Amino acid sequence: MIRVVLPPHLRTLARISGETKLEVAGQPTQRSVLDALEASYPMLRGTIRDHDTQRRRPFVRFFACERDLSHELPDTPLPDAVASGAEPYMIVGAIAGG
Amino acid sequence: MSRVRVLVGTRKGAFVLESDGKRDRWDVSGPHFAGWEIYHVKGSPADPNRLYASQTSGWFGQLIQRSSDGGKTWEPVGNKFAYEGTPGTHQWYDGTPHPWEFKRVWHLEPSLDDPETVYAGVEDAALFRTSDGGQNWEELPALRQHKSGPGWQPGAGGMCLHTILLDSHHPERIFVAISAAGAFRSDDSGKSWRPINRGLRSEFLPDPEVEVGHCVHRIAMNPKRPDVLFMQKHWDVMRSDNAGDSWQEVSGNLPTDFGFPIDVHAHEPNTVYVVPIKSDSEHFPLEGKLRVYRSKTGGNEWEPLTKGLPQRDCYVNVLRDAMAIDSLDSCGVYFGTTGGQVYASADAGDNWAPIVRDLPAVLSVEVQTLQ
Repeated sequence: MIRVVLPPHLRTLARISGETKLEVAGQPTQRSVLDALEASYPMLRGTIRDHDTQRRRPFVRFFACERDLSHELPDTPLPDAVASGAEPYMIVGAIAGG
Repeated sequence: MSRVRVLVGTRKGAFVLESDGKRDRWDVSGPHFAGWEIYHVKGSPADPNRLYASQTSGWFGQLIQRSSDGGKTWEPVGNKFAYEGTPGTHQWYDGTPHPWEFKRVWHLEPSLDDPETVYAGVEDAALFRTSDGGQNWEELPALRQHKSGPGWQPGAGGMCLHTILLDSHHPERIFVAISAAGAFRSDDSGKSWRPINRGLRSEFLPDPEVEVGHCVHRIAMNPKRPDVLFMQKHWDVMRSDNAGDSWQEVSGNLPTDFGFPIDVHAHEPNTVYVVPIKSDSEHFPLEGKLRVYRSKTGGNEWEPLTKGLPQRDCYVNVLRDAMAIDSLDSCGVYFGTTGGQVYASADAGDNWAPIVRDLPAVLSVEVQTLQ
């Protein structure tokens, strides 16, 4: 079970409070987790990564286990602590005022 | 008894303001989609409870929301806006080629007779259409593929398609306007387009009377007289009596003819409203006085409307999509400001009062007249 933390605006959009938990078959990667997330919450399609290119949107970052995974390849396995559910996979919006 | 519903898009959410036909007491709901930029909210003329909203964010991109109960509840629908084919380039601010990139939806224009069909004007400029209530969007690519497209250039707000007018007398006719390319018309439901900018003159262009390249801010029509169009250009207020084939300036005695919105009275097709703004470098009312100007002669002769509007120390702007007209017998006029006020007049502009004073900056105002 993968624990995913969304930024507040996307939690509101997906009508999620707190973390969401996703079943991901096999060794989880960023791609497989995001695929599972979008399958469970179709309204999130296009808000985290581009519909077609699947590229991360520029003001969105991916953190886990105190590491920035934003620039990892999408098929790189996620850390064991994320795969085991000990640590969440965090989708983060860039900080901004206004 | 008739009612009105005012749909307000702001920098931080959407608001729905409702009143009976007297328009002196208002119920305010919102913010809907709190924290997101709502560029536009508009209802279907064929089903007033069907609303569409353009919700956008620099972080999370574009969403389209749909309501089937007049704005009480909403559901996200399709948000994929893909240009057809390889979109190529337009001109960047410095004249160099720049790839066409989808950024956001500026304007949603529901069909006059089908609540499932909606047109979307987007940045970078293109026209999209859905015929399934917003689930799927397809580009009408002939506009972007017009031979002038590679020469289109953004205005300061981006290269946006911000105006879409549908013509009930000619169901296959569509007018659009793009900053800063100009106005275009299709007479075959978007299969082909031609620029309709003859008579426009823009001193900031190398050729001031060039066919394409004008910064048109807004076009308006009275639906009962769709061949007569009024335009607020960057500078100049213009009028066309032949569906855009040619334009003449009708700025007349306006104190400044720079501005963004323009609209036409619901029952008097020669009565036109603008909000003069000091200049393109100072986007606020002249002398700190917020004045709507009304012409009852189809332009040239304008009168300031000031009762109930701040006449000192007012430095807000009124954006291009932030004025609307209802169709009650005593025609209502509405506009929103970047200071968060939404003003209403229930007597065609003679008297004004704020419906709300402290919303986030207002991006768009629409009104529905409900029976």
